[in-house]
Amino acid sequence: REAQIFVDKFEGALGKGKGKKFYAYKVMMMKKWMKFQRDFENFKTACIPWEMKIKEIESHFGSSVASYFIFLRWMYGINMILFGLTFGLVMVPEALMGKPYGSLPRKTVPRAEEATAMNFATLWDFSGLAQYSVLFYGYYNNQRTIGWLKFRMPLSYFLVGVGTIGYSFMIVIRTMAKNANDDGGGDDTSFNFSWKMFTSWDYLIGNPETADNKFASITTSFKEAIVEEQESRKEENIHLTRFLRVLANFLALCTLAGSGYLIFFVVRRSQQFALEGLENYGWWERNEVNMVMSLLGMFCPTLFDVISSLENYHPRIALRWQLGRIFALFLGNLYTFIIALMDEINLKARYLLSFTLEEEKIVKYNMTIWEASLYNGTIPENSTAPPIQVDPADVPRGPCWETMVGQEFVRLTVSDTMTTYITILIGDFLRAVFVRFFNYCWCWDLEYGFPSYSEFDISGNVLGLIFNQGMIWMGSFYAPCLPAINVFRLHTSMYLQCWAVMCCNVPQERVFKASRSNNFYMAMLLFILFLSTLPVVYTVVSIPPSFDCGPFSGKTRMYDVIGETLELDFPSWFGKVFGYASNPGIILPFILLMVLSLYYLNATSKSYKEANLELKKKLQ
Amino acid sequence: VYRLHGRYYEMAPNVVPMDYTRDPDVKLPMQLIINMPELKENPFKERIVESFSEDGEGSLSFNDFVDMFSVLSEMAPRELKAIYAFKIYDFNTDNFICKEDLEKTLNKLTREELTAEEITLVCEKVIEEADMDGDGKLGFADFENMISKAPDFLRYYSKKK
Repeated sequence: REAQIFVDKFEGALGKGKGKKFYAYKVMMMKKWMKFQRDFENFKTACIPWEMKIKEIESHFGSSVASYFIFLRWMYGINMILFGLTFGLVMVPEALMGKPYGSLPRKTVPRAEEATAMNFATLWDFSGLAQYSVLFYGYYNNQRTIGWLKFRMPLSYFLVGVGTIGYSFMIVIRTMAKNANDDGGGDDTSFNFSWKMFTSWDYLIGNPETADNKFASITTSFKEAIVEEQESRKEENIHLTRFLRVLANFLALCTLAGSGYLIFFVVRRSQQFALEGLENYGWWERNEVNMVMSLLGMFCPTLFDVISSLENYHPRIALRWQLGRIFALFLGNLYTFIIALMDEINLKARYLLSFTLEEEKIVKYNMTIWEASLYNGTIPENSTAPPIQVDPADVPRGPCWETMVGQEFVRLTVSDTMTTYITILIGDFLRAVFVRFFNYCWCWDLEYGFPSYSEFDISGNVLGLIFNQGMIWMGSFYAPCLPAINVFRLHTSMYLQCWAVMCCNVPQERVFKASRSNNFYMAMLLFILFLSTLPVVYTVVSIPPSFDCGPFSGKTRMYDVIGETLELDFPSWFGKVFGYASNPGIILPFILLMVLSLYYLNATSKSYKEANLELKKKLQ
Repeated sequence: VYRLHGRYYEMAPNVVPMDYTRDPDVKLPMQLIINMPELKENPFKERIVESFSEDGEGSLSFNDFVDMFSVLSEMAPRELKAIYAFKIYDFNTDNFICKEDLEKTLNKLTREELTAEEITLVCEKVIEEADMDGDGKLGFADFENMISKAPDFLRYYSKKK
């Protein structure tokens, strides 16, 4: 009886009865579907940009160098999204629906600069025509809605600014959390070497180049595993190692302190020079501060490298210490620089602010007088007379500090890019050419001794990338064009560096496996993001915007645009609810609730990790 | 099978007959087989051909040819693949993978880029990891035990039709 039911059910599979055709059809569809899924997976992998390049680099140089390129690719993704936000929601609406160039004073090149506005030199410097365009803050009009869509431009500008920073925070933290999950896997699998030996060759390879890459990657993978093994086998004389490590840290601290003091001293000296008049001194004195900072940036990392050889760490951990120390060096230098300039900055800021306010009044007064002069001499008591048509290029302007700040950031980014590219070309490429071709006619073997081919400097490049991104975050509120420039820079940098690595660099002596999580880079990125948000938040909250340029002109503070929107665009009960919600009596318990839930989530995640480990042990 | 016969025939059209009803005794030498595009880049190509050949010298009759491709296809069961993989890596055909076999495998895999001490280290580690019965070399049981836990084995050891 049961047999009959069974046969009825599997009629088709047994090849008999009416179900046969349908079953065969079903099987064929399943096979086709699986094939389709496999092809789609292949397609998806092929779509990931630069995947083949990175795999090639990984097979020749190891996973730590490849991790830099993966990080670069990830940053490119983030910058694309930031670019999409700023371009789509800020630049395009203004370009399409805002008043065109030349209609308002803030949108026109002043008469005095008109002659040079289109010169290449002016454009390269981002003044002239480039300054008075959608690329910078000053161009935007403070009209509340523009175009037939009633697009609220100032609101959009503000929200995009806040949104870029918020999005960046979110994605960095999300990536850190994801990486923390991966890290729990651990790579102390059993049969590590056996699997590498017996299962790493891919029998499907038929192409000689792929085969070359595969051989290189197998060799590198073996070398990495050997390094891991050697590190775990090393016998440590604990006391000697600890003593050496303490000594190394002490030396590093001395170096940092020394460089900080040097910068302080040099800045003070330059202030003295400035007081006595710069003409008395030669080129060195004039550029002393810049030169000292650049020299420190060049030599201290090498010094740290030498110190780290005392410490005898696993190469991955040594890289982290190196990164941390160079980071501390740059931050320390910047900080001492700013402190040394603090008095000067305070003075200048106050001066600038008062100057701006004064100049505002002066310019406004001048404008009334000037308008009046167009009315033939009488200063009207109330300006009910219709405004006369004046060419916007002739109107006197107030200072527009936001655009100036934006311009500084853009110039800094461009010069930083140029410096990086030139360093790669000279430092790596020319050096490789020199070593290769002059080796025949030189006294000692250039390839083995000094200078030989250069290795890929992971820490320098990663830090450069992170600091560059910090500048972008700081500047994109004042110059919406910055993410676009950065996307272009990262794109070209990817190609240039991939080529330079494969062509001019040699793999490191001890190839080590990068930790699967890039959490260390992420942590530094988060820190820099936080640091670069602070100035922007400060300016939004406490400094009044320029009175005649930008989308917030005329308001007392930039965030007033939110208040304005709430009043005018939302129904009245919304405003009331908001008023109640911003009562401190509600906010404090809310904060308390958030802290408690954070603690709870932390505790649960810890317990999950422990359960995970227990299960893994049971599987063994 | 028909397609395989086509490939077999292509390699030496003057030798291979089209008609197998009379069960002729035709073998193709190793040189021809290892020049096939699927096998050309494989560092183990000689071993693969040797392990499927009946006479142990590397000449494949059509039956051996079909056997080889059927084991390398996706349809073959895991145990069968493990048996043949063991034969391939066993260079001196003593049914054990000893240290010399491991060294030869490693050299073929890395095209001799590793130094001698690195090679010794790796081979020692492999024996340490996989040798369960403690005889200093890998028997088939050890090999199978280790391979059955490997996630990548099936993926890399299969060829698509």
